Amino acid sequence: MNLLNCKDCLKEISSYLDGEMEPDLKRHLEEHLSLCHHCQVVFDSARKTIELYCDGRLFPLPLEVRDRLHRALRRRWEEKAS
Amino acid sequence: MTESSPVVPRKDDSVLVTEAKAGNYAAFEALVSRYEKKIYRLGLNLTGNPEDAEDVLQEAFLKAFAHLAEFREDARFYTWLVRIAINEGLMKLRKRRSDKAVPIEDAVGEEGEIIPREFTDWKPNPEQLYAQGEMETILQNAAQGLSPGFRAVFLLRDVEGLSTEETAQLLNLTEGAVKARLFRARLQLREGLSKVFKRG
Repeated sequence: MNLLNCKDCLKEISSYLDGEMEPDLKRHLEEHLSLCHHCQVVFDSARKTIELYCDGRLFPLPLEVRDRLHRALRRRWEEKAS
Repeated sequence: MTESSPVVPRKDDSVLVTEAKAGNYAAFEALVSRYEKKIYRLGLNLTGNPEDAEDVLQEAFLKAFAHLAEFREDARFYTWLVRIAINEGLMKLRKRRSDKAVPIEDAVGEEGEIIPREFTDWKPNPEQLYAQGEMETILQNAAQGLSPGFRAVFLLRDVEGLSTEETAQLLNLTEGAVKARLFRARLQLREGLSKVFKRG
């Protein structure tokens, strides 16, 4: 018997994503996810959301921004040294 | 037989910090090169615009340089750097909002219930369906839909990989508040992105 309903499942989705969950609760949640398409979609898309924001290919540092940063730091370093 | 070129071992942050503190600029520059992309991305996701992101980037490293001697090496250098950068970013957002007098932390309550409304499967591999610029705009628009305090928690925990405890200390929140905000932020972002990525 599955003890979790959708509302309970949703409340625990964040802990499940973090891998912070009591084994019994985890088992019940996974059982619910295997039976409930809506909760499975919420879980999958929440996980994918995090993956997208962590994608290192996105938001590259523009070369000119990098140059300005290194010039500013070099200037500050030389001021300190002089 | 050709000799293989020697592999230069990557120095730990702690070694570079010690060398930089002793006056070795190359060591400090190596630390900058190691983390500049991540700090820029953090600034961009937090503030939502490239000019502010560049200011966050510059200020974070200039302050790190100015206060390097005070950095106690019981913390990770990157966590210390992120602390400086996130404070710079939040300060920028406060200035931007100062005319409206809305405190960043209280813009959205923590307890309100999130009710998912999008239950359609996403297209597989959405990142492959959009040009890089389009994907960045989509992610930024969704992130800007969060209040800054929630956005900061999401970026620190899920993107920068800080622990709940580190995030709580950095933002002066309880660990419970960090968890509550992270939960809401994840679901709110998911809801926003689902509208774009759902199978049509």
